[in-house]
Amino acid sequence: MLFGLLVKGFLSVKKIITATEAGKMIADGSSLMIGGFLKCGTPTKVIEEILKNGTKNLTLIANDTSFPDSDRGKLIVNKCVKKAIVTHIGTNPETVRQMNCGELEVELVPMGTLIERIRAAGAGLGGILTPTGVGTVVEQGKKTVEIDGRKFLFEKPLNADVAIIYGTKVDKFGNIFLEGTTRNFNQIMATAAKTVIVEADEIVDSLDPNMVTIPGIFVDYIVAA
Amino acid sequence: MELSKEQIRAIIAKRVALEFKEGDYVTLGIGLPTEVANYIPHSVHIMIQSENGLIGVGGRPEPGKVDPKITNAGGIPVTVKPGAAFFDTAMSFTIIRGGHVDATVLGALQVDQEGNIANWMIPGAFVPGMGGAMDLVVGAKKVIVAMEHMSKGGPKIVKKCTLPLTAEHEVDLIVTERCVLKVEPEGLVLQEINPMFSLEDVTSTIEADLIIPDNLVKEAI
Repeated sequence: MLFGLLVKGFLSVKKIITATEAGKMIADGSSLMIGGFLKCGTPTKVIEEILKNGTKNLTLIANDTSFPDSDRGKLIVNKCVKKAIVTHIGTNPETVRQMNCGELEVELVPMGTLIERIRAAGAGLGGILTPTGVGTVVEQGKKTVEIDGRKFLFEKPLNADVAIIYGTKVDKFGNIFLEGTTRNFNQIMATAAKTVIVEADEIVDSLDPNMVTIPGIFVDYIVAA
Repeated sequence: MELSKEQIRAIIAKRVALEFKEGDYVTLGIGLPTEVANYIPHSVHIMIQSENGLIGVGGRPEPGKVDPKITNAGGIPVTVKPGAAFFDTAMSFTIIRGGHVDATVLGALQVDQEGNIANWMIPGAFVPGMGGAMDLVVGAKKVIVAMEHMSKGGPKIVKKCTLPLTAEHEVDLIVTERCVLKVEPEGLVLQEINPMFSLEDVTSTIEADLIIPDNLVKEAI
């Protein structure tokens, strides 16, 4: 009987919830990863709920703070974020303004380092060694290691309480297919948060296993975009 | 010699475009470096890598054919060429930092005679973040700086960068509207000058020690 259920997949089906329910999972003071590169592959519906709830003191981990009138950018404008760990803030003047007047802490991280720190957390690694940032302000306060005559920076793993990611097609088992350049940070962020919520453009019964970009094992909840 | 901004950008982009070999994989920075793609000689076929997760960047889509799920690193919708591939950020920086990109073209605020580059911030004034620039400069086989020869504040090619660095000792070639400079272990070699300018126009506007070879090329770019 149990075997029958497993084969049919009932025990692996992920919970489909509303954006409102998802929004309530993000508590004040949480660390929050949000996938996407500017607007491409960026989930938006759960962010709208966070704005409605007036959630505060978030640590935002993302590629960028997008634009003032869009997704992650609105979280900055509405002062939901106390710290942003990002690679680029140039498209959002409000991030720059809040940083300059001390309202918002910004940790700027090279893109290749940010993604590998997240990957390390998701992959159970104790950190990474990278040549990127050697001899720059990024090196300040960090351990360095010399390997075969080349200097590397030690960078710590980075995880989060919640990750909100985007899926082009998501099946009921949580398997995700991502189209075009929407993979970006979504793929690795899925591995590195305690709770992973995917916003799906389309929810299907089951994906062709050959088409799965992110295996459903990483996904906790599905929201219809 | 007074050139317009557009003329300056076209001269630089055209000259940089001659640096690529058939089959090169190239990553272009945002702004002037992106314009280099418009001047690649027809006999040379390159694949453009975009750090947000694409190799094989094509031109802009026709109106009505925009797919918001396919963009370049500036977030602008693009098309893809035959042979293109999509990937995530970890793969993109495996490509970039891992030494698989043949050449990268980036703008700069300052470059110095040791091949150091500063292009990501002016403390207190301009702090957009480094994005993928630090990884690109460290990882690409050839780092080409494409920038205007001078800023309003004076020389951009200096003995020692004073702005926060993007990376140490990584620049290979500097292309401006006035000249082409190669960074060699023995110093900064003046390789070509644009004949619209005199040697004096070039050397007096560079604040670094220059090696001027006898066979200096004066070529219309």
